[in-house]
Amino acid sequence: MKTYDLIIIGGGPAGLAAAVSARDSGIESILILERDKNLGGILNQCIHNGFGLHTFKEELTGPEYAARFIEQVKERGIEYKLNTMVMDITPEKVVTVMNREDGLQQLQAKAIILAMGCRERPRGALNIPGYRPAGIYSAGTAQRLVNMEGVMPGKEVVILGSGDIGLIMARRMTLEGAKVKVVAELMPYSGGLKRNIVQCLDDFGIPLKLSHTVVDIEGKNRVEAVTIAEVGPDRKPIPGTEERYTCDTLLLSVGLIPENELSRSAGVELSPVTSGPVVNDGLETNVDGIFACGNVLHVHDLVDFVSQEAAAAGRNAAKYIQGAFDQNARRVRICAEGGVRYTVPSYVRPSEIGDMLTVRFRVGDVYKNHAIAVYFDDQQISRRSRKVMAPGEMEQVILTGKQLSQYPDLQKITIRIEEA
Amino acid sequence: MEKRELTCIGCPLGCGITVTLDGGKIVDVTGNTCEKGDIYARKEVTNPTRIVTTTVRVSGGQAPMINVKTKSDIPKSKIFECVAALKGVTVPAPVKIGDVILKDAAGTGVDIVAAGNVEKLA
Repeated sequence: MKTYDLIIIGGGPAGLAAAVSARDSGIESILILERDKNLGGILNQCIHNGFGLHTFKEELTGPEYAARFIEQVKERGIEYKLNTMVMDITPEKVVTVMNREDGLQQLQAKAIILAMGCRERPRGALNIPGYRPAGIYSAGTAQRLVNMEGVMPGKEVVILGSGDIGLIMARRMTLEGAKVKVVAELMPYSGGLKRNIVQCLDDFGIPLKLSHTVVDIEGKNRVEAVTIAEVGPDRKPIPGTEERYTCDTLLLSVGLIPENELSRSAGVELSPVTSGPVVNDGLETNVDGIFACGNVLHVHDLVDFVSQEAAAAGRNAAKYIQGAFDQNARRVRICAEGGVRYTVPSYVRPSEIGDMLTVRFRVGDVYKNHAIAVYFDDQQISRRSRKVMAPGEMEQVILTGKQLSQYPDLQKITIRIEEA
Repeated sequence: MEKRELTCIGCPLGCGITVTLDGGKIVDVTGNTCEKGDIYARKEVTNPTRIVTTTVRVSGGQAPMINVKTKSDIPKSKIFECVAALKGVTVPAPVKIGDVILKDAAGTGVDIVAAGNVEKLA
């Protein structure tokens, strides 16, 4: 069986950044496995700008951002296989892969980084009544069709869900000559970034209807009309509020789900909140030597943060391979409470974090003038006021090694949202 | 005194910025967390601009489309004209990031450049 020190599953932004950082940490034998025909992952279809402001201090498009990392991978001569599907990963880190050149092959890794990204929630997960005509696409599928294949999915569009891809596609379809009639969002707030509401909807006069959902899709062969209705606090449609929009296309931007089938087969414990692996501060899963980063771990808003997280996973996997990763160090659980839905990581090894650790999380509701409070056991350690927090925007707190060293008997860290 | 509430689009943080105007003159900008926010807010209330990104067709390349963008921001009112100017444009592969696709798009004085790489079909 061919062996590698490090196998990285996925050649998108997370996999690329993890590979570069693992190589720079001294790991020679690295293999990136990518199922598409190019490196770069979903960035290749994200032609809008705004990527990389944190990393490169420039506003890049998705392909430009990806190209920077692909170049770094190529400069370092890191091995990668394209058009290659990973079929299975075992807890012993045997990776079964398949492609047209090598057929079915088994590879042994000393460490694995999971960087498979996420996929879109499909119509089937939504319980929308009506026929199943042509013209219903996930926003990401439409994005790929328009931006990579050069094909327009339709002319008159209704979008359900105000996730970032839905907002971006509202603008994109408009620029390509389609009429986007409305964006309907089930929740009373948008799931996307504020800046995307400004420059994708407001700029083009596209209405965003919060607390609305699709209650009917008409058309047998092709979508002919979509009816939306207002929903009450119970998220059930309110009779009498229906509005009918004639259209030929319905785009769905209703959430992203980390793609963890392979993680499951490797015995990786998954969080019911994020659908991603449960990890410690080193981004290691419960399975020895298997690490995770990027959207497979939890869905990010910003690729810059994916790259940062992936670089950390690469460094830690390198440490693991070099025998310098202390898995048995004492660990402390981070509890997400009072409006904090989850945290990544879930566990901290106080002796291992060095100077500081960034803990990322999402809140479960819109909070105005609230504060993020951090407790070490019952002791409040920090408190930071925030004007607005929303589920669509990831938040963070920084824990320092210095703080942690002052609490040698620490049992748990709690992060919660409190009234300011 | 007039106050205008903006959401910065300089980066995905989307800072809420308040611009205070006195008879069309900017007297104060608050809420931004970096210099970009200040620049954006001043521009947005006087001459709003945007970077425009879209795609054009590629002939003889490994992909049928290539990502292109305005090299710098252009007036918001010129977005559609700019996209229209690119309709029917086809570029031969190979195309590299930064290659000029169209000079002086829609009379803005701004060039459209490639924002992706497409190699020649082998």
